[in-house]
Amino acid sequence: MTQLPDGRYVDDAPYDPKAALQQPERRDLDAPNWVLVWRKFKTHKLGLVSGIFLLLSYLMLPFAGFIAPYTANERNGDHLYAPPQSVNWFHEGEFVGPFVYPIVAEADMETFQWVFVEDTTTPRPLEFFCEAGDYRLAGLIPTDTHLFCAPEGATVFLWGSDRLGRDVFSRILYGAQLSLTVGLIGITVSFTLGIFFGSLAGYFGGRTDWFINRVIEILRSLPELPLWLALSAAVPSNWSPVAVFFIISVILGILDWPGLARAVRAKFLSLREEEYVRAAEMMGAGSGRVIRKHLLPNFMSHLIASATLSIPAMILGETALSFLGLGLRAPAVSWGVMLNDAQNLASIEIYPWTAIPMLPIIVVVLAFNFLGDGLRDSLDPYQQ
Amino acid sequence: MSILRYAVYRFFTMLLTLLVVSVLVFVIINLPPGDYLSNQIAELRASGQSAGVEKAEFLRREYALDRPLWEQYMIWMGFMPGPHGFSGLIHGNFGWSFEFDRPVAEIVGESLWLTVLVNLAAVLFVYVVALPLGVLAAARSRTWVDYTSAFVGYLGLATPNFLLALILFYYGHRYFDLPIGGLMDPTFEGQPWTWEKVKSVLIHLIVPTFVIGTSGASAMMQRLRANMLDELGKPYVETAIAKGMAPARMLTKYPLRVAFNPFVADIGNLLPSMVSGSVLVSVVLGLQTIGPTLLTALKTQDQFLSAFVLMFVALLTLMGTMISDVLLVLLDPRIRYEGRET
Repeated sequence: MTQLPDGRYVDDAPYDPKAALQQPERRDLDAPNWVLVWRKFKTHKLGLVSGIFLLLSYLMLPFAGFIAPYTANERNGDHLYAPPQSVNWFHEGEFVGPFVYPIVAEADMETFQWVFVEDTTTPRPLEFFCEAGDYRLAGLIPTDTHLFCAPEGATVFLWGSDRLGRDVFSRILYGAQLSLTVGLIGITVSFTLGIFFGSLAGYFGGRTDWFINRVIEILRSLPELPLWLALSAAVPSNWSPVAVFFIISVILGILDWPGLARAVRAKFLSLREEEYVRAAEMMGAGSGRVIRKHLLPNFMSHLIASATLSIPAMILGETALSFLGLGLRAPAVSWGVMLNDAQNLASIEIYPWTAIPMLPIIVVVLAFNFLGDGLRDSLDPYQQ
Repeated sequence: MSILRYAVYRFFTMLLTLLVVSVLVFVIINLPPGDYLSNQIAELRASGQSAGVEKAEFLRREYALDRPLWEQYMIWMGFMPGPHGFSGLIHGNFGWSFEFDRPVAEIVGESLWLTVLVNLAAVLFVYVVALPLGVLAAARSRTWVDYTSAFVGYLGLATPNFLLALILFYYGHRYFDLPIGGLMDPTFEGQPWTWEKVKSVLIHLIVPTFVIGTSGASAMMQRLRANMLDELGKPYVETAIAKGMAPARMLTKYPLRVAFNPFVADIGNLLPSMVSGSVLVSVVLGLQTIGPTLLTALKTQDQFLSAFVLMFVALLTLMGTMISDVLLVLLDPRIRYEGRET
């Protein structure tokens, strides 16, 4: 701080007239788009958590067999409809490490049901990295090592067992493999069709536009589920589960594209008149190149956000179809197939744990919704 | 006068759409290899019952199933004379159900009305629930009212319909003594309509309506809330507040009026998914609508029955969309009569 002869005070710190441009908020103008998006997305806590959760879930898929203590169709004839078991750490006040109590089925002669009683005298510690049923890691490498498995003479049904004595927890993990990928395949189909037809309609306009628009309107005005039902009923029942699975995902995608195509078309209509499009055309770019290089990148991120929002509908669709017995069928394992067992009130009343597969469905669908909302909000980094 | 012309125009586009839909439905129904009768014939041949084969062959000729597909379609619709002259959908002949061995019209009969009833109830439910909640959530945005309704709405969107149905049925029966399954007390089935029967149907409707309407209501609520929030930030609202208008009156008089338009337009978008939902829920809850009939018909390849049910479901949604379009024009004078496109 120096005092001038006329008594004024002046700051000695060097002054740079361009400093204002280098302030943190100015930096945003030059940052690449994805950095801006990421920065904004980070502030959307719910979306971030959902995104991480979904990422982990999808990463888990190849290792489902490793995490699950049983294989998908392994039956345990002595433990039909066994209730969920808890993993304990202390036995009679003493630390033993994770263990389970063996359960024994006893017939209740009054209700004619099997009652499962815990034998609390003999704790059986869980085994880790142990050998149990054969499976293929990531569908390729045959192995029989599991993260944890049932100790000798006991079972470990974390979420109970079903009608045939299969472990619900393991089946949920295996079911995730199909239930979660159905949405991805379906959205790929719907994405491709939607972008193709939407850009055709929006870019060329005229008769093409009119025709595609009518198709979109008709498809959108039809109730989806009956059509899904009719189409899946057309899938021959002697096909392998994998083929059925692919066809079902494609069917889900085929009926989903109109919404996306409509959005694409609207965007194209407004962007088609921009100067840079005309410039590209004048320089001799073909319509395919203009669409791919100049128009689509403009709103690809928006499309991804809306695709994220339509994956849940497909997951729910698969569940509904399988639930009705028209989608995937046993021995394929998906959440819908599992819920097929919980179809009647009796099983919900007596064996509530057979309805557990609804929890992952709800959680995944919610997560996709939140992630989509977060993405949509953060894709416009310049908008305050 | 021009509203009438618009309504007529809308009606004709609906008929045209319905025509396209009928082609679509017919193709989808005939996608699986074979049909009910040829499956039956193969089965009868395998078990060596030649008498049955003859009857089935006769039926095949009788219903023109031995002709090329496009001719079958024309006969089914009634554009072309079949073995017994013109007699198709447009003449009121809905075809024959091979599975039940009765005319389709007889099988669907009352369930058509019940289907309409269930869907109407669900639409009403959507309005009754979404309107006050959406307005409330907007007026009290960022308070617990808003967050609670958003949370419930998200849950409603995320829970599979059929599970919600089962769970609500169970708890509804346990704690509120609501009846389980069906749309009326079994004693009233096939009886003429009396006050008692109406009451029984109404009580049975509670859970299905709730289940079918929930996801629609939550979607509608979120939309209404967003629209209301947009309107609430506008200067005229500020003016109204500054004049000293009571908040409730101010809300209903100005912003709600504007936010109401998408509300009506939306029902057209929601209807397809709600009708879908009602089919699924009917199957799970055993309602006497056409849902369960559709499922059986599809599983057994009973083609005329399933085609008719699909057509009816499509008609239902198209009618709903048409009505919502016409209502929207009535409600919002800014909309041009040419349609929704801009």
